[in-house]
Amino acid sequence: MHELSVTESILDIVCRHADQAQANRITRIHLVIGELSSIVDDSVQFYFDYLAKDSKAAGAELVFKRLGITLRCENCQHQWEPPSADWTCPSCGIARARVETGREFYVESIEVT
Amino acid sequence: MSSKTIPVIERIMGANDRVALSNREILDRHGIHAVNVMASPGAGKTSLIASTVKALDSRRAVGVIEGDLASTVDTDRLRAMGVTAVQINTGGQCHLDANQVREGLNALPLDKLDIVFIENVGNLVCPVGFALGEHTRLGISSVPEGDDKPHKYPTIFANIDVLIINKTDLLPYIPFDMPEFHRLVRGLNPDVRIFELSCITGEGIDGWAQWLVDHTPKP
Repeated sequence: MHELSVTESILDIVCRHADQAQANRITRIHLVIGELSSIVDDSVQFYFDYLAKDSKAAGAELVFKRLGITLRCENCQHQWEPPSADWTCPSCGIARARVETGREFYVESIEVT
Repeated sequence: MSSKTIPVIERIMGANDRVALSNREILDRHGIHAVNVMASPGAGKTSLIASTVKALDSRRAVGVIEGDLASTVDTDRLRAMGVTAVQINTGGQCHLDANQVREGLNALPLDKLDIVFIENVGNLVCPVGFALGEHTRLGISSVPEGDDKPHKYPTIFANIDVLIINKTDLLPYIPFDMPEFHRLVRGLNPDVRIFELSCITGEGIDGWAQWLVDHTPKP
């Protein structure tokens, strides 16, 4: 995933919501990121600090809630968290998995003053 | 200073996805099948498009949106074959986004086309995260890259509709466990359609071209 355009998008979303709520400053931003999205938290904070400099979100802390990948076996319906990119079902040994969680990528909420 | 929490619940890719949806509507209005071609540099994106055009033998009219950081090398190659192609130079961006594809669509004679290949920037990581409005997400793996790529780049393998394994002509020279590769990919993506082929010898191209014809509305 690409940190710079992701960061621009987050900034756009949070400033819009802060404006709608007539808030002055955003102090904290809560993000929900599934493991399949694979962005690097530190990079996003770094780009964010730079891009948000002159906005309502200047100095805001990004809080990352990481959701792990859970899979459901298409063959036996067993659910598990894969330890690697080998998605073989530990219950029946067939490799045909559906992603239940792990694709999330959204701004959950903002804290404002 | 009292602080309050405002719920947002908004997808970070929302803005790009809205443009992608609008691109898709434009494509559907023209009855065009759009294919997003993604792979590492050198795996054979342009070669596959060139070979496919030859194999289609005018059964369907093809246009191409070429994405590269710089240059018109790929566009020139395709135009020399008589293919209608537009170049998008991203400057530094490592993937195409929906806005750039919209630019490309605006520059193509959509009324005359049945298939649009969107050749993404050479990159196995970023492109798959950006919806463009395509109907088919196509990934290309090549034999020299090795058979361990699904372990290392699960996100792309898990999110494509078609996987082409290119450069099968090199199998006698390069250790590549094909059954294990298939098993790993299928584990990440039960529904993916896999084609093994060689752009350079032409082996396997006809099967892939036939799939494309069958999945593209007749002009």
